[in-house]
Amino acid sequence: MPSNIIFSAKDISKFFGHGKKRVCAVNEVSFDIADGEIVSIVGGSGCGKSVLAKIMLGLYSPDSGSFLYKGKPITNTRNHWNEVQSVFQDPFGCFNQFFSIRSQLKDAFGILKEKPSKQNIERRVDEALLAVNVKPLDIEGKYPFELSGGQMQRMLLARIFALKPKVLIADEPTSMVDACVRANILDYLMKLKEELGMTIIFVTHDIGLAYYVSDRIFIMHEARIVEAGKPEDVTQNPQSPHTVRLLEDIPDINREWIKK
Amino acid sequence: MLKLLKNLIKEPMFVIGIFLFLTTVLAGLLGPSFYIAQPRSEFGYEAPLAPRGIEVDLSKNTLIHWVVHRGDTLYAKETIKRDSLGNMLNSTTPATYWIGTDNLGQDYMALLLRGLQNSLYVGFLAGIIATTIGTLVGLFAGFKGGIIDDILNMFTNLFIVIPSFVVLVLVSTSFPQGRSLTLIAILIGFTTWPWTARSVRAQAASLRGRDHISLARINGASNLQIIFKHILPYLASYVFMVFIMQVASGILSESAISMIGLGPLGEGATSLGVILNTAKNQSAITDGLWWGIFPAAIVITVIVFALYLLNNSMEGVFNPRLRK
Amino acid sequence: MAQILEVKDLSLHYLTRFGQKIHAVTDVSFTMKQGEILGVAGESGCGKSTLVNGLMGLFIPPLYPTSGDVLVNGESLMNRSPKDIRENVLSQKVSMIPQGAFNALNPTRKIKDIAADVIAAHSGNKNINKQQVYARLRERFDLFGMETEHILNSYPIQLTAGERQRSVIGISTLLNPKVVIADEPTSALDVTTQKIVIKMIFDLLEKNIFSTMIFITHELPLLRHVAHNIGIMYAGEFVEYGTTIQVVHDPRHPYTRALMGAMLSADSEQKNRKPTTIEGAPPSLAKKIEGCRFAERCPSARPECRQKTQNLRTVGERLVRCDYAE
Repeated sequence: MPSNIIFSAKDISKFFGHGKKRVCAVNEVSFDIADGEIVSIVGGSGCGKSVLAKIMLGLYSPDSGSFLYKGKPITNTRNHWNEVQSVFQDPFGCFNQFFSIRSQLKDAFGILKEKPSKQNIERRVDEALLAVNVKPLDIEGKYPFELSGGQMQRMLLARIFALKPKVLIADEPTSMVDACVRANILDYLMKLKEELGMTIIFVTHDIGLAYYVSDRIFIMHEARIVEAGKPEDVTQNPQSPHTVRLLEDIPDINREWIKK
Repeated sequence: MLKLLKNLIKEPMFVIGIFLFLTTVLAGLLGPSFYIAQPRSEFGYEAPLAPRGIEVDLSKNTLIHWVVHRGDTLYAKETIKRDSLGNMLNSTTPATYWIGTDNLGQDYMALLLRGLQNSLYVGFLAGIIATTIGTLVGLFAGFKGGIIDDILNMFTNLFIVIPSFVVLVLVSTSFPQGRSLTLIAILIGFTTWPWTARSVRAQAASLRGRDHISLARINGASNLQIIFKHILPYLASYVFMVFIMQVASGILSESAISMIGLGPLGEGATSLGVILNTAKNQSAITDGLWWGIFPAAIVITVIVFALYLLNNSMEGVFNPRLRK
Repeated sequence: MAQILEVKDLSLHYLTRFGQKIHAVTDVSFTMKQGEILGVAGESGCGKSTLVNGLMGLFIPPLYPTSGDVLVNGESLMNRSPKDIRENVLSQKVSMIPQGAFNALNPTRKIKDIAADVIAAHSGNKNINKQQVYARLRERFDLFGMETEHILNSYPIQLTAGERQRSVIGISTLLNPKVVIADEPTSALDVTTQKIVIKMIFDLLEKNIFSTMIFITHELPLLRHVAHNIGIMYAGEFVEYGTTIQVVHDPRHPYTRALMGAMLSADSEQKNRKPTTIEGAPPSLAKKIEGCRFAERCPSARPECRQKTQNLRTVGERLVRCDYAE
């Protein structure tokens, strides 16, 4: 196996529930993700993309198949989170409203194996805030409910800029924010890749966004990966009917969308 | 915190509730030390503010000391003889009692204040015990889920299906020699926690799946840190409200078991329930001696009502979303 | 043809617990003809959802009307009690399709019972025949091309997000309302479900269940396919109002331009175009704002923009609230 493979999945499956109610969320999925790639996982709701993201994050473990991070299975989640971090969908739900934002950004350093000194933590938080265009003074003493959704989503990204993990799993970070904030977030994802060489797994239902940021796109449908490839190939020459559908379903201003 | 208080003060329910609550608590705390009890009367169940007087019978060289007894128009008279030097042989001081006397002629006001103090003590202690156990059990069950949740849940349900009042009665009867207030409070606390556990569990379980818990996890927070830093604060206002209700139900439970004669027993172990029980035993109700029953009953009602008002008014204000 | 909906200088405010007034909507005016679909777009917090409540005449504290009027078929909705509005206006004259279908449906009741309640509440007859109501529901739900029996006999939690949203739309339009207000009906859905829901709305329009609609969203490309006219809202005001083609393909207000620039698509020509972003946040609406509300974030702002209040004026056949737009 080449040494630059970050994630390697072979026939992994994940089930929920028992007996008749057993639902397959991920069905015999295989892939390799290389160091420094931005891979988008695209699919409709309930296709299993979020479950797959949680497997990569180590919050779930697959029921069958082998899933390796840097050639080893994930056994110690704390060690895993030292290198693999995540941005979630709902920026408001992600912060504890009883503590200031800054203190929560500092809390994030708790996962690092080598804890930086106090001054270093302060400095890294400041740098991270500047990286997402927020003046540290602007959020000084502020609590999560005092900021807008767009600002909160930036705070989640600032957390990533501060921790500098090897891998970022972004689970629908744009689905609950406005169009203008969305473009912003994609900019920051690109910046993370370019400046820090981060590997990014971007989960979304909008193939248009995936096309814009990705090196590779996986299309998921009903727990399986139905198509994978370069964004140009996937969008211009889709092989799977599900990909075609995802492309057609995006309302584009220059294309007929629904026949009236 | 200040904003919260400001908001609370705008609720009329809260203002009335806190006024009634503070009044009763202050009366209970300070009353017994500051109120100077009138000396014991010769008569049981003397009416509140009973008219009284002294007549001199020169022919017999006696003083006649009279008082309206039991609310009716009959005068109870007492002849006090004087010795050769003119000193009164029976030195009962004529006194007027604010709310009358009990069956033994003790000043009812002093008794009521003492009873209120003790009832509050039982209520708060029972509330603290029930809330602490219930919250801890609920938090762990709700947060951990799975097998720990199942076991704790079974345990909780077991306590819920056993009628707590029956347990109270049974345990109380097994201490016939003496039951301190603390013992009664502990008994109440240990039988009422499952309700708190249940509601806290439901709330904690709904928080478990929240993103901020997942984030805390990948921040490297331990289970205890997550429970006390990321779950408990969200439930704090809720737990506080449950605590208030537990105090109210503690006071009610105490008076209920005292009413059937299984309350605190022994020196100084009077309480609002005990007062009611004594009045009942002395058939104060059937004899129309309303002052034997009403003051204690009203005090219980007022304090429980005040706690309910507080609980109700806090519900609206504590909602974090309204706190902006 | 008569105007079905007239909104005249509508201003709305919230009164906070501390007695502070938040002017969420300022001087919004527009008229709608029978059969028109108006799109309203803007970022979150721009006053879109507040406007919805105002258009229904539903003022529940802390929301209060400041000034202006809303007329449906010439009948004013202002200064009426919430009870009056609920009984005589909602569902029949003006109906709303909310964003979160899950919150809108009572989780303890089956879809058919929720729908029957709506019919019963507006028929004035409490002893309505249930079987008749169910038959009417079936007839209506059959129009949507869904599994009618399955949906009607399910509890909200048993349905998928798409089915729930379609049920909500079915229930809101049961009484053939004159005007339907859709408040971000698809924002919580994925693109495929969004398309199914929009198709259903078009079906209803085609079958004349209702014909006039206000569609609120933050997705301009979606409005391109749905609306005839579009109003762009920023900080409680309309900043641009014109036909869909004018606003989407030839935006004139700097804010509309920035919004369009922020859109991304899977179009191959677009890959090398960097989406524009709008830095900063909209101004606080608690204070009176001097000058143009967008000046702080506007890429082409001039010093005088911050002093001079901007009014709507006609530029290129549509209304634009910017003195310098061309």
